Amino acid sequence: MAVRSTTILSRSRGEPDSAMRFNRVSPLVNALFSAVFIVLALAATLPLVFVITISLSSDQSIQMYGYRFIPKEWTTAAYSYLWLLQDYVGRAFLVSVGTTVVGTGLGILLNSTLGYVLSRRSYALRKFFTILIFIPMLFNGGLVASYMINTQLLKLGNTYWALILPLTTSSFFIIILRTFFQTTIPEEVIESARIDGASQFRVFFSIVLPLSLPAIATIGLFLSFAYWNSWFPALMYIQSTHAYMYPLQYVLMSIERTIQDLVRNAQFMLPAETLQGLPTEAVRMAIVVVAVLPIALSYPFFQKYFISGLTIGAIKG
Amino acid sequence: MSDSVTLQDTERPERRKRNLSRRTPHPPTGVGSRLKRILNVDDLELSLLALPTFVWYILFAYLPMFGIIIAFVRYKPIRGANFLVSLLRSEFVGLYNFKFLFTTPDAAIVFRNTLGYNIVFIIMGVVVPLTLAVMMSMLYSQRLAKICQTAIFLPYFLSWVVVSYFGMAFLSVNRGLVNQILTAVGRDPVQWYMSPQYWPYILVGVNLWKNVGYGMVLYLASITNIDATLYEAAVVDGASKWQQVKHITLPLLKPMVIILFILSVGGIFYSDFGLFYIMPRNQGALSNVTQTIDVYVYKALMQMNNLGFASAASFLQSVFGFITIFAANTVVKKLDPERGLF
Repeated sequence: MAVRSTTILSRSRGEPDSAMRFNRVSPLVNALFSAVFIVLALAATLPLVFVITISLSSDQSIQMYGYRFIPKEWTTAAYSYLWLLQDYVGRAFLVSVGTTVVGTGLGILLNSTLGYVLSRRSYALRKFFTILIFIPMLFNGGLVASYMINTQLLKLGNTYWALILPLTTSSFFIIILRTFFQTTIPEEVIESARIDGASQFRVFFSIVLPLSLPAIATIGLFLSFAYWNSWFPALMYIQSTHAYMYPLQYVLMSIERTIQDLVRNAQFMLPAETLQGLPTEAVRMAIVVVAVLPIALSYPFFQKYFISGLTIGAIKG
Repeated sequence: MSDSVTLQDTERPERRKRNLSRRTPHPPTGVGSRLKRILNVDDLELSLLALPTFVWYILFAYLPMFGIIIAFVRYKPIRGANFLVSLLRSEFVGLYNFKFLFTTPDAAIVFRNTLGYNIVFIIMGVVVPLTLAVMMSMLYSQRLAKICQTAIFLPYFLSWVVVSYFGMAFLSVNRGLVNQILTAVGRDPVQWYMSPQYWPYILVGVNLWKNVGYGMVLYLASITNIDATLYEAAVVDGASKWQQVKHITLPLLKPMVIILFILSVGGIFYSDFGLFYIMPRNQGALSNVTQTIDVYVYKALMQMNNLGFASAASFLQSVFGFITIFAANTVVKKLDPERGLF
């Protein structure tokens, strides 16, 4: 596996900067490792491709040949039906977009304000708030207590707030932001603004936030992906009598029932023969594609923010 | 795993000294009194800024903590009274809910499943991403490494609902790819969603598939942070690549590996609800091998409507979870005072 570096060294002498270039595994090992990673990369991405091709197959071909990577018969019929189902799927899409936008905005505000407050070393209640966010990292009331509080006391059942509020704040985000504010914003900038008479609100919104865009972007991305992917609050807090409040992920989760409902339900006022031919298999996968594509397409561009957030979190910031 | 961040100050000692001097009392003249006034206004304004998040924590984190006493009562909502009043007026039944919970065979199974799966996940969650990260750092082509990393990280960002449909595309009895392949090679198709014997492997595999990218990226980030001169010195000393990995890379990653490991041990009573509930599509035939504490609490609460069972199991999870996380954190702090949660 290893290249004897003595021979390498004799070659590299005279060009000291390129020592690392010679410090390599053998070409054979490199080829082997490359092959392993190509296989893993395919294993990670091919299921998505598979679902996309299923959504583009005709239902007859699915019924005859099963799911195939290369369908016997290509068609975009599922997506046309999706368009017909816009009262349902389109609405769910809007619910997902809405909760993602509102939740991310609110989450950035709630996490960054406390993060900033904790970054002020002279603040009298700093210790108190540090303990406040710390205890929930160790101990939580669990599902039952949260459910009872949210439904019985806060009356969040069947409201959009139930989809938004439980996910907004996280001690982990607050600590990432606090660390970022502490290490990147010069104390002098804040102090001089204070001496000039700027309030802490002014300092926070006009100086600290604009200077912290990379950290805010990281937290914003974590939040928006979490909201877009969330189905658990809908499962817990939105009853089927309020199905119009379902986000896309939850529509997908309950689709078996949903498609039966659609077929039975006259309120969508589709002609009977349209529903007869509803390509249920492909439509399901088409909804999966709609739920996944925003993430799959945007994630490669945002990846570096995620990685910086993860590494601030896990390796000491 | 992701919250292995420290709550300690990252400030340097000289900075701390300077800040301390700011807080010492000044004579009430000139700049001193001005500074003092600002500090008081400062505290007030900062408190206002912190207020919304404070309210959030009280409502969504602290009220549920007191709500766990529901495990010790027979809860009956009182008409017209809010939840807390009803809770405090409910009949106290002591450990009745717990005793009753442990008379059912489910209790032992869900605890066994939760701990068993987590032990496997924790071991694989260290070994596989670490190995892959070391391997990836050796690739000649940075471009290939980058592309593969992006691809392998992708499943981490998908929801369990979506992943369960991926699963169905492969495991569906009539249509799934796996059964097509099995019939093509002359074997009998398998009723995947009815055959519990396969699910421990499927769940471990899917969990690894979804999360391996995360660990790999973390370890890779620390590997790229290692001082390159260490390797150069090793090359000068005639160390092989394998010796470099053994004597430089792995020892330098050791603290991080140990800490991530211990912290994941701390979470051993918690499980990923999506993996165990959505991925097996809530099939009753599989429940012996897919039911963890989280799934059981959900089912007891929402499907069996058995608040007693649900609250008792949930209470045990919270308490055991607290003990393990606290213990894990104490160990981490012993090893490295800089790390740990607090």
